[in-house]
Amino acid sequence: MIRFDHVSLTYADALKSRAPVLRDVNLSIPEGELCLVIGRTGSGKTTLLRAINGLVPHFSGGTLSGRVVVNGRDTKDHRPRDLADVVGFVGQDPLSGFVTDTVEDELAYGMESLGLPPDVMRRRVEETLDLLGLAELRNRPLTDLSAGQQQRVAIGSVLTTHPRVLVLDEPTSALDPLAAEEVLATMQRLVHDLGLTVVLAEHRLERVVQYADRVVLVPGDGRPVRDGPPTSIMQDSPIAPPVVELGRVVGWRPLPLSVRDARRRADPVRAQLAGLEAPARPSAHGAAGNEAEALSPVALTEQLVAGYNNVPVLKGISTSLRPGEVVALMGRNGSGKSTLLKTLVGMKRPTSGQIRVDGRAPATLRPSQLLRHVGLVPQVPADLLYAHTVALECEQADRDAAVSAGTTLGIFERLSPDVPAGQHPRDLSEGQRLTLALAIILAARPALVLLDEPTRGLDYTAKHRLVEILHDLAREGRCVVLATHDVELVAEVASRVLVIADGELVADGPTADIVVSSPAFAPQVAKILSPQRWLTPTDVATALAEVTEVTQL
Amino acid sequence: MRAQHLITYPRNLHPGAWWLWALGLAAAASRTQNPVPLLLILVVTGFVVAARKSDAPWAKSYGAFLKLALIIIAIRIVFQAVLSSGSQGPTVLVTLPELPVPGSTGIKLGGVISLEAVLRAFYEGLQLATILCCVGAANSLGSARRLLRSVPGALYEVGVACVIALTFAPQLVTDAARVRSAHRLRGHSSRGFGSLKRLAMPVLEGALERSVELAAAMDSRGYGRTTDETRVSRRLTGALVFGGLLGICIGVYGLLSGTSVSWMGLPMLVAGCLLGAVGMSVGGRRTGRTKYRPDPWAAPEWLVTGCGLAAAVTMFVSVETDPTSLFLVSVTAVPPVPLLACAGILLCLLPAVLAPPLPRSTATKATGAAELVGVAR
Repeated sequence: MIRFDHVSLTYADALKSRAPVLRDVNLSIPEGELCLVIGRTGSGKTTLLRAINGLVPHFSGGTLSGRVVVNGRDTKDHRPRDLADVVGFVGQDPLSGFVTDTVEDELAYGMESLGLPPDVMRRRVEETLDLLGLAELRNRPLTDLSAGQQQRVAIGSVLTTHPRVLVLDEPTSALDPLAAEEVLATMQRLVHDLGLTVVLAEHRLERVVQYADRVVLVPGDGRPVRDGPPTSIMQDSPIAPPVVELGRVVGWRPLPLSVRDARRRADPVRAQLAGLEAPARPSAHGAAGNEAEALSPVALTEQLVAGYNNVPVLKGISTSLRPGEVVALMGRNGSGKSTLLKTLVGMKRPTSGQIRVDGRAPATLRPSQLLRHVGLVPQVPADLLYAHTVALECEQADRDAAVSAGTTLGIFERLSPDVPAGQHPRDLSEGQRLTLALAIILAARPALVLLDEPTRGLDYTAKHRLVEILHDLAREGRCVVLATHDVELVAEVASRVLVIADGELVADGPTADIVVSSPAFAPQVAKILSPQRWLTPTDVATALAEVTEVTQL
Repeated sequence: MRAQHLITYPRNLHPGAWWLWALGLAAAASRTQNPVPLLLILVVTGFVVAARKSDAPWAKSYGAFLKLALIIIAIRIVFQAVLSSGSQGPTVLVTLPELPVPGSTGIKLGGVISLEAVLRAFYEGLQLATILCCVGAANSLGSARRLLRSVPGALYEVGVACVIALTFAPQLVTDAARVRSAHRLRGHSSRGFGSLKRLAMPVLEGALERSVELAAAMDSRGYGRTTDETRVSRRLTGALVFGGLLGICIGVYGLLSGTSVSWMGLPMLVAGCLLGAVGMSVGGRRTGRTKYRPDPWAAPEWLVTGCGLAAAVTMFVSVETDPTSLFLVSVTAVPPVPLLACAGILLCLLPAVLAPPLPRSTATKATGAAELVGVAR
């Protein structure tokens, strides 16, 4: 169906070195396969996907050598628009790819461009609405839909032209678990019922790897692109979901790819681990329990109510956050996580109730005072950035925080080494941009650091780096609060979890207590080893190493 | 007879019909400063909007246009009555303390304010306000977006560009609000010139990135695939459509101004329309696009358009036959009632019944809930 024949691609970019993005890729994807493309950020995954429908090089520029043939059509002589009836391409952000404004029109758009007769269009729109479960949304404006619904509309809008290949670039990276579930179920159905060939790139491997028939690894450091069955590629892939990491630690062959696979083999491991204690999380100055209670809280809320136009979003939240804690704020979209962060940073005034951050009411502080007490890295870190280079950005931050010159750049270099200071912030990778925003916030040494959805678009490597950074911040005695859907991140980093539902605090306690028994918030390792309270493969590895040492003695 | 010809069959009227109806009223308003027909037009538009507007967000825009119209009248009165020395009459209302201004500029500050000046300013402002309200009524009755969907094939690219602009504008506002609130996080206040620069960078960069994304998405979905055009045919279409538009503009100007030479009026309009129509059909032939569920143009559309046309025609006829009833001899006199013109305007009330009722939306409740969630985010 799709064949890459000695494909190399070089972008004609004056700034970057002329090293090819892809070098001598040979790949053949047969019909009806679900093919998963993995690799680190910036390794060339997106380029590979875009080469399938000819966006690379027709739209992006660059020099492509070799041949890409899709369903017998060579992309050399076929522009993306000429492949529209063979390849359906869905980009990273569905909203920015929408041309019309309602669901029904969006589904019809591709067919209108191809000039299909009206009765065919009518029929296919109805079929697609049913296939993707969008029938009750047909007249709704696209901007009113939830992120998962938007993603499904984007898939539907390319399906109406009846393509043989569906190409998806990170379809679930920005979605919460529930919405991701919706989209993945849809995709499964397309592969199994319609025999569609699906090629997708994804960072959140734990969600998709068990569905893949083939995995293509794009290493991105000059080594060749490899492909093969998931179990063999996962054996030594530099990026892997927790279930695979656990499999490697324990030495399972073939590697399990889903929680179900692993759980069926986990009995001996559970026996080995029985009676061992998972290592305690560093909380409240590295010490657990009583000492933490004694420390005065960094932030305190008392019956906090906040909302918009008579709609209370937070309905009486009472909690206290102490120094040295890493607190994860979880809950579905619209439950009030972001509003709580905004109230903590004073962007939103409470309607009633008390809020104290570092002993002050944040909404009354002037911006120049505020940043010494509390800092927030917003969902889109680029909102904080507006200078032309990283160096200028850092100088500005030094002046804003009234600290000695070079402080911010120093912090940034510690968080993200090897980034040239002359680079434009927009050219940084997602992870580097996050650390730059974090460095700017940290320059003023706030006692409370807030992060809103920090792992959007981060690969496993960048995420591991973030985990280390957050642990360091907690060790310095700061309080870190992160609002996130990423249960694996929570398992790695958080010492305490707050769950918000419908504006009310429904759970508050140490991470293991909250997540192990929860079907929605449990990380993969906890699901495999429950009722034991293990959260990450690293924890298990450390414990197992101790066990073997003891038995060897 | 097919159901869409019935005026009782619930559906959305073609937005084009609403715009033509409103333009007819606006054309009528542009030919008179007599407050009687002007106020009548205001009442008519308000009544029809109240009877036939949907619950879509743009349907609320009539109120905004009405407010804008009131502001225009107020500004007009202030400038003309208080600041202009030329338009004052004998009936003095008040005398304000006057600041001396070097002579013969026609400008004054304070001083005598006469009834004539206030009334004349009010009548002139009322005319402009009425035209504005006609546009507001069209906007709230027929969605501009849906109107753009039914542009002819030759103007397809222009239509797409307009739709995208309509989508991007609110997106820019949301982005700007988000970036502004982020300023606070860096310890900046969100006022002053510096903040504007800090606002512009991320917002414009974001918009540019989205545009590139959109272009890629449109390309991979077959945009422009079926346009099989030669340079000659493209130029021919362009010339025809442009010439036609120019003709229409001159014709409309000639008709509405009423003072220019006769060939500029109706003949020019007709010639322009013909030229444009030829251009559209030549250009329409070259696009291989098809249209999904085009809005039907049936009997109710013709009736509503006819009402608007009737208002314009009766007004133009009255101007010719009975000019004294439409141009006030003295502003202080009680304005006369031009019967023919008023009858034409009252005919425009009929669309409140002639336009089919709107289908009851079943998704209203769900949309409301979604909005709440959107707000919460």
